This record gives sequence, structure tokens and C-alpha cells, in this order.
Amino acid sequence: MTAYRQKDISLDLLGITKVYPGAIALNNVSLSIRGGEVVGLVGENGAGKSTLMKVLSGAIAPDEGHIVIDGKEVTSLTSARVHERGIALVHQELNPFPNLNVTANVLLGREIRRGMFGFLDQAAMERKVAPILARLDTRFGPNDAVSGLSLADQQLLEIARALSIDPRLLILDEPTSSLTLSETKRLLDVIRQLSADGVAVLFITHRLAEVEEVASRVVVLRDGRNAGTLGCGEITKDAMIRMMIGRDVGQFYEKAEHDPGRPVLELKGLRTKAYPQHPLDLCLRAGEILCLTGLVGAGRTELARALFGIDRIEAGVLEIEGRRLVGHSVPAAIAAGLCLVPEDRKTEGLFLDFSITENIALPSHAALSRLGFVDIGAETALAEASRRKLNIKTAGLGRAAAEMSGGNQQKVVLAKWLAMKPRIIILDEPTRGIDVGAKAEVYRLMQALAADGVALLMISSDMEEVIGISDRVAVMCRGRIAGTLARDQLTEETILQLAVE
Amino acid sequence: MQKKDIGLATLVMTVGAIVAVMNPRFLSPINLANTANLIGLFGLFSIAEAFVIVTAGIELSIGSVIALIGVIFVDLIASFGVPWPVALAIVMVLSVTIGLLHGWLITRLKLQPFVVTLCGLLIYRGIARFYTRDGTAGFTFGSDFPMLEYLIAGRTAGVPHSVVAFLLVAVAAWFLLHRTVLGRHLFAVGKNPEAASFSGIDTTRVIIQAYVLCAFLTGISAVFFAMYTRSVQPSSHGNFYELYGIAAAVLGGFSLRGGEGSIIGVVLGVILLQVLQNLVNLLGIPSSLNFAVMGSVILAGVIADTQFSRYRDARRQAIAMAALEDGGKPQA
Repeated sequence: MTAYRQKDISLDLLGITKVYPGAIALNNVSLSIRGGEVVGLVGENGAGKSTLMKVLSGAIAPDEGHIVIDGKEVTSLTSARVHERGIALVHQELNPFPNLNVTANVLLGREIRRGMFGFLDQAAMERKVAPILARLDTRFGPNDAVSGLSLADQQLLEIARALSIDPRLLILDEPTSSLTLSETKRLLDVIRQLSADGVAVLFITHRLAEVEEVASRVVVLRDGRNAGTLGCGEITKDAMIRMMIGRDVGQFYEKAEHDPGRPVLELKGLRTKAYPQHPLDLCLRAGEILCLTGLVGAGRTELARALFGIDRIEAGVLEIEGRRLVGHSVPAAIAAGLCLVPEDRKTEGLFLDFSITENIALPSHAALSRLGFVDIGAETALAEASRRKLNIKTAGLGRAAAEMSGGNQQKVVLAKWLAMKPRIIILDEPTRGIDVGAKAEVYRLMQALAADGVALLMISSDMEEVIGISDRVAVMCRGRIAGTLARDQLTEETILQLAVE
Repeated sequence: MQKKDIGLATLVMTVGAIVAVMNPRFLSPINLANTANLIGLFGLFSIAEAFVIVTAGIELSIGSVIALIGVIFVDLIASFGVPWPVALAIVMVLSVTIGLLHGWLITRLKLQPFVVTLCGLLIYRGIARFYTRDGTAGFTFGSDFPMLEYLIAGRTAGVPHSVVAFLLVAVAAWFLLHRTVLGRHLFAVGKNPEAASFSGIDTTRVIIQAYVLCAFLTGISAVFFAMYTRSVQPSSHGNFYELYGIAAAVLGGFSLRGGEGSIIGVVLGVILLQVLQNLVNLLGIPSSLNFAVMGSVILAGVIADTQFSRYRDARRQAIAMAALEDGGKPQA
């Protein structure tokens, strides 16, 4: 179609930096890929892989850095321009159009027309789509409805869509997360064929075994930076894990011994909305830091949401301090002394446009009000006390929460719950995207809370953190608790063994 | 006062000054009292609309509710001889019921506010017209309700009582929205329903309360309008009033995405709209251009506001970048 298709691609990302108010997603990241290469891009959750993808696809513009395609610098990428240059992207989140059929989905925006009125040429479109589906060995045909497709089929549909532009570079973001073993194998074969044809493939995944099998080079990201590159022959699961985790660890984890007290939170055969097929049993004791870890999609956040009353509990029993909770809701959870520091600080934890004071005081309003009127003095006093206690750094408590750094934002979320004097705190990825100093403060605070007898359930994917701070670790895998490890059993290997099934 | 309010107040003063210079009749007691009366009447339901808009909702049935409640109120008194305080109580209960119904449909049945209240717009207007057999509900000739008329349509020291009511409602609304827990929750639910429920706010209850409050104020407004016109012709009474309300709220800094706005802003918005209307009349601009003038001013105001928030976002990004360069240390 275009001249670009004639030769192999050469793409270089040089010194890409992307800053969000409060967090640095990418810090001087570079990545190069040439035609025929299969490059694996790996890193822990939150290492910056998705942001880098978004930069590549034109969804966001980097604040600094250069993108060079075929030797020429490209300044403003848009998704149309990306397509034009033969770059196809398969997103992690599936968003097919269930109201259209398979052919229409695959060729959306690139429909084949015919005649002077430009009517759709259905037959030609099907002729184009059929061989792509055959190549992927799909169970569905070009005329099938998309609304009936399973998750795995939808994923293959997305891949078919990417292949239909005849790409020079194919970017796959977690393409196998819902595929079965045989489908995965088939996909890896397709990747090999494509690379033999001179197509470059950038393969982003948590499944290191797949990277090991198919990649010719591996780029590792950590904390938004390049952590290193592994060439052909060096690619092993161990080597990748070592780079993903890094070595500069340890110093700020003070391993305080906690005396686990009586059980405060007990799950007996609890079934969540996300994974109703797996009953969960877990016991959290006062003064204990229990870490819930596992890969993305293992069902940790879903469990936290169910415990906090956001999602319905399908079946089973939830007991807080020996009392069974019935008709669970967020206000009921808060009343029972349970609170949640959610995973997504920006949308779930904070009101970014509201002032710091308002954010901290929001759940405490009932206690701070007289006859329904907000006691502004008490509100300010609470915010001021929180600022001192948690060392929140800001030019003023009247400033919008959006103007703070990620670490200070997280302290605000913590402050709003500490004001409620909780007995159980669930922290979902509490240190993601915050700087080292703030991380250390969060850890110290967690230790102090545990010493005061508060029970802490921390969800984390950061291995250093999991090993550094937990008294006990429960590893989740595909919706079930794959195993629980005591402190002396904690190593990266034992955890990853349980997490990757 | 927020910055936005100060900007709007300046605009109101400027427009007022221009009209006063070009046509001194603007400042005549008669014109001022009439304009103030209209500000009071339109202000009541504009504040009502603001309470719904702050939750990221919309109420399109205000004009039709004003017609329906007006018809019922007048008819209860004129045809059924119901004492006016009882009639007032009945129509207020009816208004609140309408609000409850809207809130219930929106939260429990998860219907979109636009759709629910659009249907309300059609249904209530239809019922009002059917009820009067497409005629007019009015007081019979010679009938006299001195107390009611004094209270609702009278004046004290030249100040129309609609203005007094408007000011009282505005002060109460200011306290409610800016100083009570419910007010905070209205803003929170409108700005970020997810974070609100993560903070333990019962979002369903808050939204229902907003629609009930809106309907209650609309009911009061309907009684004032009925006594102002003395007869209610439901095919035209209150037509498009919801759009006036939305326009005043948007001018006053309320975002249709919810979570923003101030009562002072909506009060100024109402004043600006009525002064503009007055401007069209006094400056001899063809009255057919009335809506066009109003639309242009609102559009200009909204454009200015959007530009301002883009500037604010850019500044935040710049602060974040500067922090990165100063610290030198990566923080991701």
C-alpha cells in the first residue's frame, strides 16, 4: 500500500521521559528494534511498560526524548500515523465492538469500498480476513458475531486486527493472558514466522517462559528506567527476574518483630465476583503485616474490593473481630474498623481537584460536623495534625491534591483513613509510583501501626517490598490462594514459583 | 468568593454599566424592580438546577413541573376552594414526590438523568395540558386572596417578594452546598463517584437528595410563577425554563461533568442573563435576537473557562517537570 512496507523497519526510542503530576512514569528510557527481531519487554507491574507502549502508539506524547523511525525523527505520533508506518498494536485491554461481526471488527476504519457510492465490499473484506484467521487457526470465521466470543477468542481477534494492516512492527501487550496453552503455542509459532518474514515483534509479557522461548533480545524496565538488556543466549528466567528486581535493595526495610495477636479478619470460603469458582480462606491477626502477592490478574485487588464492600461477596463468611458481617457495604466496613488504601490513587483514593484538607477530612465529616454543618476549624486541625504526623510536604493544605508528588498523595490517602482510627487496613500497592524517600516513610508508618496492634493486609507485586516488610505472605494465582509462606520461607524464588502456577 | 465568581461579577457590572450609559432608563426604579422580580423568579429554579448539575446530573423537566404544579395550585384554590396554605402543602408534597421518583429511577434503575428528566419534561407538560383541556387555569374574575398575593407577588419597600424569597433561598443554599456535610458529599459524588464510594459515601442517597432538593425548589418557584402570571396556560407556561436554569448554572461555574460550581456563581449567572435580556429590550435590539445574544455570551464564558483549566493543567505539568529537574533524582 505505502512505500513504508517495502523495507524492514528500524525504530529507536531515545531518552523517553514521561512525567505525570505526582509520578514519573518513564525516566530516560531507550529502546531500539529492527526488522526480523523479536524483542521481549519485561518488568514488574508499574515498571513503565504500558506507558512506553502508549508513547509508541501515539496515545500520549513524551515530555522529553526522540522517536526515530527509519532514520527520521518523528515528532507528533498519532494512531493514524503509527498505522501508516506499519506499526500495529495489540492492547492488553480488549475492546472489540460486540455489535459488529468479525470482519467488520478486523477491518474497522480500513473498510474496503466499491463503486461510485462507496458501498462496503463485503466479499472482498471477507476474502482479506479469512486467510488471517486461518493463519491464527481461530475457532471463529469472518462472519461470526463478536458478542458471542470468549475472552481468548477476543484476544485472537485483536491479534487478527493487528495482522490485517500487514505490519512491519507488531507490538503485543500481554497477548497470552487469557489464551490456553495450545493457543499460546500457535501464537508463538506465528511470531516466529513473522520474524522470519522480516517483521519486528515487540512482545510484552509477564510470562517469562514465553519470552525465553521466542525472544532474540530482552529489554528490562524497572521503576520507569532501563534496567538492562539481555542478548541472545543470555535469556533465562533467572536472569530476567534478577534484572527486574534489581540489587540495590534491603537498606530501608527494618524487620521489626511483630507479635501477632488474636485474629481480627477471617475469610471462610469467601467467593468474590471475579473468581466465584475459588473459595478463599485467610486469617489476618492484629499487629501483623500480611502480604498478598501474585501476578496482575491473580484476583488480589478483586479480593480487596470485596472485603471493603465495593463488590458483592458471592458466598462465604467474612468475620471481623469474630463478628460475622452481613449485607456488606463500604460504610459497614468502615464502621467495623476496616479501610482500604486503593490501588489507583488518582481515581479511587483521591479527589485530585479538591484541597488536601478536604481529601483528608472527607470520611471523618460525620464526626467533625455539628447538626450537619462542617466544622471548618476541626477540619483544618485534623489536616494540620495529619500533616505533622505523616510529614506531608506541601506549600499549603488548601492546595489541590493533584499538585503534590505521588508519595505525598499517598500520605494524604493514608491520613484520611488514619483519622478514622481503623483496626484493619488494606493497602493495595501502597508504594507504586512513589519515590524512595516516601516509600521508606510508608514502611515506617506501617511498622508503627502494626506495633500498635493494627492488622495490615498489603497487596504488592514488588518483590523487594514483599520480602522486606511482610510477616507472612499469601500468594494468589488465577483467583485462588496458591500458598502461604512464613517469614523464614520468603525468597523471590519461592514466591514466584507459587505465583506463576 | 472564588476567582470565577469575581470574574463573573465584573462581567455583570460591566454589562450593567454599558446598558446604563447607553440608556439611563435601565436605572429607573420601575425597570430595576421589574428586572429584580424576574431575577428572583428565574433564580429560584436556577439554584434548583445547580444542585442537580453539581452531582453531574441534569434536570430537564423544570419548565414542565412549573406548568403542572402551577396549574394544580391555581386550580385547587380557584375551582376546589382549597385554602391556599393547604394547596401549597399539597403541591410541595407533589414536587418532592417527583424529585424522589427521578432520583429513584436514576440511582436504582440506573437510567441516565438526561433520559429520565426528558421523559418528565414531556409527561408533566402533557398532563398539565390534558388537565386544563388545553385551556387555561386561572383565578375567576373578582376572586381575591390578599394574604397569598401579598406574600407571593407583593412588595415590601418596593422590593418584590420574589427577590426576598430568592435571597433567602440563595443564602440557605450557600450554607447547604458550601458548609454542610451533604454539600461536601454532593461535590464529591459529582467529581468522582468512584472515590466517593471508596470513601464510604452512600452515593445513591446523595443523588436522590439532590433531585428531591431540586424538585422542592422548583415547586416553590412554580407557586411564584403562578401568582406572577395569575393564570397558567400550560401549553406555554414555563417553556424552556430548564434551559435558563442550566445556562445560569453553567455561567456560574458549574460544570456539566459535575463537582464544580458555587451558589454565588449561579446567582450572578441569573443576574447576568436577566440584565442581558433587559439590554436587548432597552437598546432596541430586535427581540428576536434575544436568544442569540444570550447564547453568545454563555459560549464566550464557557470558552474562557476551558482555556483557564487548560492553562491550569499545563502549569501542573510544568511543576512536575521542574520537580524532576530540581531533585535530579528519579522518583518513579
